[in-house]
Amino acid sequence: MEYVIEMLNIRKEFPGIVANDNVTLQVKKGEIHALLGENGAGKTTLMNVLFGLYQPEKGEIRVNGEPVKITNPNIANDLGIGMVHQHFMLVDPFTVTENIILGKEPSKAGKINLKDASKKVRELSERYHLSVDPDAKIKDISVGMQQRIEILKTLYRGAEILIFDEPTAVLTPQEIKELMMIMKSLVNEGKSIILITHKLKEIMEVCDRVTVMRKGVGIGTVNVSESDPNSLASLMVGRDVVFKTEKKEAAPADVVLDINGLSVKDARGIQAVNHLSLSVRAGEIVGIAGIDGNGQTELIEAITGLKKTISGSIKINGKEIQNLKPRKISESGVGHIPEDRHKHGLVLDYSIGENIVLQTYYQKPLSKSGVLNYSKIYDQARSIISEYDVRTPSEYTPARALSGGNQQKAIIGREVDRNPDLLIAAQPTRGLDVGAIEFIHKRLIEQRDNGKAVLLISFELDEILNVSDRVAVIYEGEIVAIVNPRETTEQELGLMMAGSKRMEAGGKSHG
Amino acid sequence: MVKKMSGLFIPVLSVVLGLLAGAIIMLVSGYNPIDAYSALLYGIFGDSYFLGEAIRTVTPYILAGLAVAFAFRTGLFNIGVEGQLIVGWLAAVWVGTTFELPMLIHLPLAILVGGLAGAVWAFIPGLLKAKFRVHEVIVSIMLNYTALHVTNYIISYVLTDKLDKTNNIFATATLRSPFLSGLTDGSRLHWGIIVAMICAIIMWFILEKTTTGFELKAVGFNQHASEYAGMNVNRNIMMSMVISGAFAGFAGAMEGLGTFGYASIKGGFTGIGFDGIAVALLGANTAIGVVLAAFLFGGLKAGALNIPVETPIPNEIVDIVIALIIFFVASSYFIRWILNRINKKGVK
Repeated sequence: MEYVIEMLNIRKEFPGIVANDNVTLQVKKGEIHALLGENGAGKTTLMNVLFGLYQPEKGEIRVNGEPVKITNPNIANDLGIGMVHQHFMLVDPFTVTENIILGKEPSKAGKINLKDASKKVRELSERYHLSVDPDAKIKDISVGMQQRIEILKTLYRGAEILIFDEPTAVLTPQEIKELMMIMKSLVNEGKSIILITHKLKEIMEVCDRVTVMRKGVGIGTVNVSESDPNSLASLMVGRDVVFKTEKKEAAPADVVLDINGLSVKDARGIQAVNHLSLSVRAGEIVGIAGIDGNGQTELIEAITGLKKTISGSIKINGKEIQNLKPRKISESGVGHIPEDRHKHGLVLDYSIGENIVLQTYYQKPLSKSGVLNYSKIYDQARSIISEYDVRTPSEYTPARALSGGNQQKAIIGREVDRNPDLLIAAQPTRGLDVGAIEFIHKRLIEQRDNGKAVLLISFELDEILNVSDRVAVIYEGEIVAIVNPRETTEQELGLMMAGSKRMEAGGKSHG
Repeated sequence: MVKKMSGLFIPVLSVVLGLLAGAIIMLVSGYNPIDAYSALLYGIFGDSYFLGEAIRTVTPYILAGLAVAFAFRTGLFNIGVEGQLIVGWLAAVWVGTTFELPMLIHLPLAILVGGLAGAVWAFIPGLLKAKFRVHEVIVSIMLNYTALHVTNYIISYVLTDKLDKTNNIFATATLRSPFLSGLTDGSRLHWGIIVAMICAIIMWFILEKTTTGFELKAVGFNQHASEYAGMNVNRNIMMSMVISGAFAGFAGAMEGLGTFGYASIKGGFTGIGFDGIAVALLGANTAIGVVLAAFLFGGLKAGALNIPVETPIPNEIVDIVIALIIFFVASSYFIRWILNRINKKGVK
């Protein structure tokens, strides 16, 4: 069997850590080959070695059987290796064509030949069923479409081997499906694909073979057809993983969060939350299921005081809190694991310790008469770091240097440690690997078992069904149904989320 | 090893490279660089008078550098330090010439009013940024010109009758001291250096040790996360500008109450506020760094005055040489990069 790419016994060190140790990856022509591993397992490092961004200390790379030295990305390009980055590298005000030819502009007498380029882009787009409009501006097209532009960019440069770096992290379920189709059609046209991911579902769906990495070490390569999600997960994590989190029956008590007739406008001034009513009781987890953009973000922002409400009331333990300052609300017993941990959750340039006291730094004993007591601050940070298994070199390490999963654990530690009566968890496991997901789900359930109220917002139906005691379906800013997760299916929820099915019990809150 | 050393090694190397580049310029123009540099050194350390003058030059640089650095650390670019310095200067002199008070009250009052004036001047861009998201760079640049012309008007039409400078301040408001002057052979050295050092400590304390500093820096790094964490973003933006402006106002007060003892009509900017940007960058926006950078900057400026006196080298060449040294120091990032390259090669 012929391999298009062979990375043999690669070793890559960074000061203090070995990011790749004796990793071997062999990709056959015309296959979709998954590279599976937890956050921080060294997948991206390995791909950066292949793409010429890093030089390995040891090991050999072969392309089509020939040993090669890839010292910079241009060489990788020339060898037909293209990378579809997780964070798109596109110029917003430029058109699709302009972005694709950027850096490789076809020119005639110093003038860019946009017409030919646009024609070539259109041809490529048709050949791979990408349905891209070459003349649209990037800022006007959806995220899924932008990703296709990134794919086209590599194809335009003649890529035969495409590396996808966690491509589905930013996509909606529908877009994910379309991407899978595109990947299959690329392979049918003779391209080879390396898919970096930690999502087992995607691997089972499209990949032929999978190479598993754990803590920088190559664990091995298996055929997907001879494998199943459970065995892959345990290969990746190094122990058995429980997908279905064990939990006791909920024992709901008094109402903690009581929302009545709430309306909120979004940033563009359009009403995003529409007369919404919902309640969450102590000792239960209420999951909000819905497609992105149906008012979830605005709902959370209204509860936490980040956004003003137009009408309606929000009560915590019977006390109205709508339109109070975020600090007042947080002091009333609301904890919030924010949707976007980089934007809202962390000050990335602050140490992890400073981030752990981000809401409490002004309270005793962390500070006194306006002067911080850093030894107390770092004491507290250390205890949260160890209790929540945040893997960091020290409490003084900048938050930026931690992996996504560990950043999230620190946030969860910070919020849960304040012991809030209501914990709002928005997309708490987005972008995390199975090990971290399991950990976070356990913590949410633990919080519930301690008699606290938990409001979970997630786009992952698995997560909603798995963790929640009650599921509220949100559609166009309204709660259209409240269902028992044990008495519903993903299909039924999907229909309700799309607005095509309403339950009579809907509008009113208590289930 | 190199990493540990590089904190001091790189700035020193930068200075040496700057001196070499300056030497080449002088050689090409037909002057003797050794004479020039010995005159420069003599102009700083040669006798106590020169040393006193050098320290006096350093004083406003420290404060202007602190003003820029403080804003920088909290995510703002206060390019209006020059204007804040000018209003601080005039306000301090106004107190110094208008009131008759015992020194124990008069001098601190004059300094504080100078700082207050700078703070008020910086509050304007802070307010506009906080309320309307107007960029502070634009507003503070415009306010530099406003400060220049408004103070000129006040000096000739309000404080005096069409004169081009105010009265001298009363002796109870002066920072000058016969003791310091006597110690340094009659230089204009004044107590301002102590004020500047205290301000450096204050900046360090606010930023590193207080909840206020914690909030200010957090807002500078990430407004969204700060708001999420319950901090008042707008108040912090204004607070940052006010503190920064106060440092700038103090710098003006040092000139008004120490070096000159009066305020005069200015044909253009003093340049100290703008040089403060370079000082802050050179000092990596930390209090201690700003103090060291101000000493380098002020020392070079003061010492350079001696070059045309002792050698035939014209002022213009001296300016070029000084600019080159500063250029090399400011490009220490580039030098660090080259050193890293060399090291890497060495390891392989």
